[in-house]
Order: sequence, then C-alpha cells, then structure tokens
Amino acid sequence: MSEFTIDVNEENFDSVVMKSDKPVLVDFWAEWCGPCKMLTPTIEALAEEYKDTSSIVKINVDDSPAIATKYGIRSIPSILLFNKGDVVEQRVGAVSKDELAGMLDKIIKG
Amino acid sequence: MHKVIIIGSGPAGLTAAIYAARANLKPLVFEGVQPGGQLTITTDVENYPGFPKGILGPELMDKFRKQAQEFGAETLFENVDKVDFSSKPFKLHVGDKEYEAESVIISTGASAKLLGLESESKLMGFGVSACATCDGFFFKEKDILVVGGGDSAMEEATYLTKFASSVTIVHRRDEFRASKIMQDRALNNPKISVMWNSEIVEMYGDPKDKGLESVDIRNLQSGEIVRHNTDGVFMAIGHKPNSDLFKNQLSLNESGYIITEADSTVTSKKGIFAAGDIQDFTYKQAITAAGSGCMAAIEAERFLEGH
Ligand SMILES: Cc1cc2nc3c(=O)[nH]c(=O)nc-3n(C[C@H](O)[C@H](O)[C@H](O)COP(=O)(O)OP(=O)(O)OC[C@H]3O[C@@H](n4cnc5c(N)ncnc54)[C@H](O)[C@@H]3O)c2cc1C
Repeated sequence: MSEFTIDVNEENFDSVVMKSDKPVLVDFWAEWCGPCKMLTPTIEALAEEYKDTSSIVKINVDDSPAIATKYGIRSIPSILLFNKGDVVEQRVGAVSKDELAGMLDKIIKG
Repeated sequence: MHKVIIIGSGPAGLTAAIYAARANLKPLVFEGVQPGGQLTITTDVENYPGFPKGILGPELMDKFRKQAQEFGAETLFENVDKVDFSSKPFKLHVGDKEYEAESVIISTGASAKLLGLESESKLMGFGVSACATCDGFFFKEKDILVVGGGDSAMEEATYLTKFASSVTIVHRRDEFRASKIMQDRALNNPKISVMWNSEIVEMYGDPKDKGLESVDIRNLQSGEIVRHNTDGVFMAIGHKPNSDLFKNQLSLNESGYIITEADSTVTSKKGIFAAGDIQDFTYKQAITAAGSGCMAAIEAERFLEGH
C-alpha cells in the first residue's frame, strides 16, 4: 500500500469520503484490471503532491461492490471527485496527472 | 536531442526499446494512454513463447517494461500529440513540450473500432464498452448486447455469460465470420442468443444518471427500427490502426496502416520506422509485434550508423 493514498471500503466510506472537508479523489479499481494498475503511479504521485490539501483514496470494487453500484460505475478505472459529499467530476479510463491535478486545483484554488 | 524516440509501449515498442537500449542508443519511450498496449486489457496470454502455463497480459507487459528499463531505456507516461517529420531533426510534441530525435520508431498499435455514433462516445464507460474483461464485472445479472461476428465477438459473448443473465449478439449479416469452434461454443451457450441482419443505429441514456438504457436496432432486411432496453453494449467489430497522428507525414494504406517496405520496418520517410499492429494487417499478434519491434531497432541503429 502506498503511503499517501487511503484504502476505502463500505465501512469507512462515509467518514473518509462523504464527511471530508477537503476534496476527495476516488479511484475505483480491481486486482484483475490491467488499465487500473497502469494508473497507479499517476494516482500515487498525485496523492503525494496533494497530501495537505486533498484526500486521494482507492476503492476496490470487488471488496466494495455496493459503493460501485451506488455511483453507477460500469467501467474501471473510474475516477470520481467528491466535494462536500457531492460528485463534482467523473472520468473513465486513462487520464493524465495534469488533468486530475486541474480538477483538484479548481476546487482548492476556487 | 535523442538518437531514438519510440512512440508506444506495447510489445513492439518495448521490444524496440530493449534492442535500442542494448545498442546504447538510450531510447526514450512515450507510453501513451495505454501503457503496455492492448495486452493489458486481456487476461491469459497462452501463445507467447516462454510461458508454458500462460501469463496474464498486464504481467507480461510489466516484464517487457522492466527488461527495457534494465538496459537503460527511459519510459514516460505521456501521449504524443503531434509530430513533424518534414525536416530534421524530427519533432514530437507532448503537451507544450517539444522533443527532437534523429530517428523515430512508431509502434502506436491499434484500438477497438466503434460504430461512430455520437451517443456511443457519450456513453462509453457508462454502459458502452470495448473491453469485456475490463467491464464485464459491472454487468452481473444484467441483459447485454455484443456487436460483431468474428472470433473476438464470440469470445467476448461467451466470457460475458459469466456475469450477465443474457447476452444477445447483434450482427449485420446472416452468418458469422468466426471460426467453427468459437461459434459452436457461443451458440451452444443457453444464455446467448443472436439477432441476425441487425445493426445498432442509436443509443439512449444519460451518463450522469443511469447510463445506457436502450438502443435502436435496425433490421437490415426489412428496414424496421425497434427500440430495445439494455444495460450494456460491448463492441467487438475489430480494430483500427492508431495512425491519425501520421496522416500527412507518412504513406498510409486505405485502411490507415503505415506502409513499410517489404520485409522491413522502413516507412516512406527515411529515419522513421514502424513496427507492430500499426503496420501489420495480417498477423496482429504479440510475438509478431515484438519481432517487428526488434527489426525496427536494428534498422534504426543501421540508419544512425550510416549518418
Ligand atoms: C483483448 C485482446 C486479447 C489479445 N490476446 C492476444 C493473445 O492472447 N496473444 C497474442 O499474441 N496477441 C493477442 N492480442 C493482440 C496483441 O495484443 C497485439 O497484436 C499487440 O499488442 C500489438 O502490439 P503493438 O506493440 O503493435 O501495439 P499495442 O499493443 O496496441 O500498443 C500500442 C501502444 O501505443 C501507445 N500509443 C498509441 N498512440 C500513442 C500516442 N499518440 N503517443 C504515445 N503512445 C501512443 C499506446 O499507449 C500503447 O502503449 C490481443 C488483443 C486484444 C485486444
């Protein structure tokens, strides 16, 4: 596990994601998903860079299928950006670090 | 200035990187939006020599990358947005950065063909998929469609019955192109049915809400269009070469493949080489892509020596 990302499941989803006062970037992934593995270095670099201003979390869809269903995830990797409990951005598939950083900056820097 | 820049990180690009790195050319590899290439969206690869029990596609490609890095290849998770091969050094644009190279190996491979509907691209990832192994999981107990009639359509349909309650293959003709064995496997599966002489002409759903909900299917014989509810559409109508970037720079054939000289990776531009699925419309296998990646690196090395 990485130092800077948080593993989220059905138990801690509410406290870590919904009740957070910082923006939360959620990466939906699974062990069997090749493209998800390829996104890992991007997510980890982002988590380190934004460790003070945001939470970068990972949800394993095999372990937490109910969350994936609730948010209508039908393809992974899927990235959801939460702000104050609402989904404000969503990306499916490969995405660059710059694009994700841009999404976070928009909230952090207003 | 780089001696060799390699565009793409599938079997062709990373094999070229291994050979170029061992030849001390310090290759730079742009991995693109699909690091590791097409094999990263499949599960078991059973026909790549050296792995008698098979190997997972993503794992195989990790090994390719590590081997290239071992010999000093540099790999970047970046996508090339534009190239200019009109003068030397060749120029490659990545975001607002410009890279220069004495030679370039193109191994941008292929990606899944789509129907080309606006609604399809809007719903991609929200019920529309081109990768059964990636997305099948999300269609447990759902009713889904597979579009296509070749081996890969049969394989996807069969695979998807592990999750879905029903799979309907939508095919434009009244017979499949797929091999007998693959057809039998699909047609004997009680969860699979077929709509012959049919094509999807429109898709409906809101990506921000429930995603794909229904599609219009036209019967090509009667011309009749009928709306069908569905939770998912999986595309399996083949692949097209990723050559848009090179359109006005290199000679392409009518299907968009980069044309290379016989038994070689030499393109219409001296110093530019092409390897793998971007120039191979016949074999399209990991081993043949790797083989032509090796050829490209050796040909680039000879080209650089001749300078
Ligand atoms: C589902 C599936 C299963 C398969 N199973 C097998 C199998 O079992 N055995 C087998 O031998 N073959 C199999 N194949 C075929 C095999 O994957 C391909 O033949 C092989 O991957 C081709 O390699 P390549 O290096 O030419 O291109 P690809 O693997 O397509 O890689 C292309 C690379 O180029 C990069 N790229 C594209 N555009 C740009 C750009 N603008 N800038 C930077 N980079 C870019 C991409 O990110 C990617 O890394 C399968 C294919 C699929 C889709």
